[in-house]
Amino acid sequence: MTENLIPIVSILAAALAVSFGAIGPALAEGRAVAAAMDAIARQPEAAGTLSRTLFVGLAMIETMAIYTLVIALLVLFANPFV
Amino acid sequence: MDSPLSLDTLFHIGPVPITAPVLVSWAIIIALGLFSILSTRHLSLLPGKTQTVLELFVSTIDAQVRDTVNRDPAPYRPLIGTIFLFVLIANCSALVPGIEPPTAHLETDAALALVVFAATIAYGVSGRGLKGYLATFAEPSWVMIPLNLVEQITRTFSLVVRLFGNVMSGVFVVGIVLSLAGLFVPIPLMALDLLTGAVQAYIFAVLATVFIGAAAGEAPGETPPSQEEKSP
Repeated sequence: MTENLIPIVSILAAALAVSFGAIGPALAEGRAVAAAMDAIARQPEAAGTLSRTLFVGLAMIETMAIYTLVIALLVLFANPFV
Repeated sequence: MDSPLSLDTLFHIGPVPITAPVLVSWAIIIALGLFSILSTRHLSLLPGKTQTVLELFVSTIDAQVRDTVNRDPAPYRPLIGTIFLFVLIANCSALVPGIEPPTAHLETDAALALVVFAATIAYGVSGRGLKGYLATFAEPSWVMIPLNLVEQITRTFSLVVRLFGNVMSGVFVVGIVLSLAGLFVPIPLMALDLLTGAVQAYIFAVLATVFIGAAAGEAPGETPPSQEEKSP
């Protein structure tokens, strides 16, 4: 049992990391897109600038979720304790 | 299941191990280079079909760079355009059966981000001078020097991880779905991958432009040309 404990804990930790790590960026991206839609609806001629800034901002926010994904992969595939 | 972090060596050239992403990168470089040479060999003032499309492409990149750095895009066009094209083609290369995009491995992305990192320093030094570039680390005050130094490293690292994570997760999901379901089920996911790949190539290029533009600083003694044209 004890020799199986580390893989079990690793898989649980990876699942927890991705699930909780995705909540924050998901909420933040939703707010950012909503604000950008609002701004485009008010001022359609600024859509080009807005969408470029939106894409860069979304990439920045999304990086946080990607970090958790990388941590999960590290735990699963490159675990130093296995 | 294969780890996305490990690589298999295909063959050796001398002491240097060559892996599949390196081969695919070489193929993309050769294909892009040949296409560029062949398509720009007979340029004319009255453009044909290919030249029109290429001019449209270059002018779009120019417009994006000009919007981001607020100056003449000519010094940045070769680097930014090449990075954008390479990442775009690399992300789309998963469409060829049996080929995994080279950007789905950490090493290719690290190489691209290191190019951006070196270009940031080079454009910063050539734009502001060595002293002027080093002085930007002490802005707004000398207290920020450690933070600015750390920022240089973390933003390069986040460039690597962002591209790697997005492309690799796409490849990974398609692999998992293909092993669970049949032949045609992953096709919508592959279409989504194409969109993600294009967006990530755009984001990589825009972030490189932002970093380089911020390092190079304001153009000396240059006023926006649009205001001069309006005055009679």
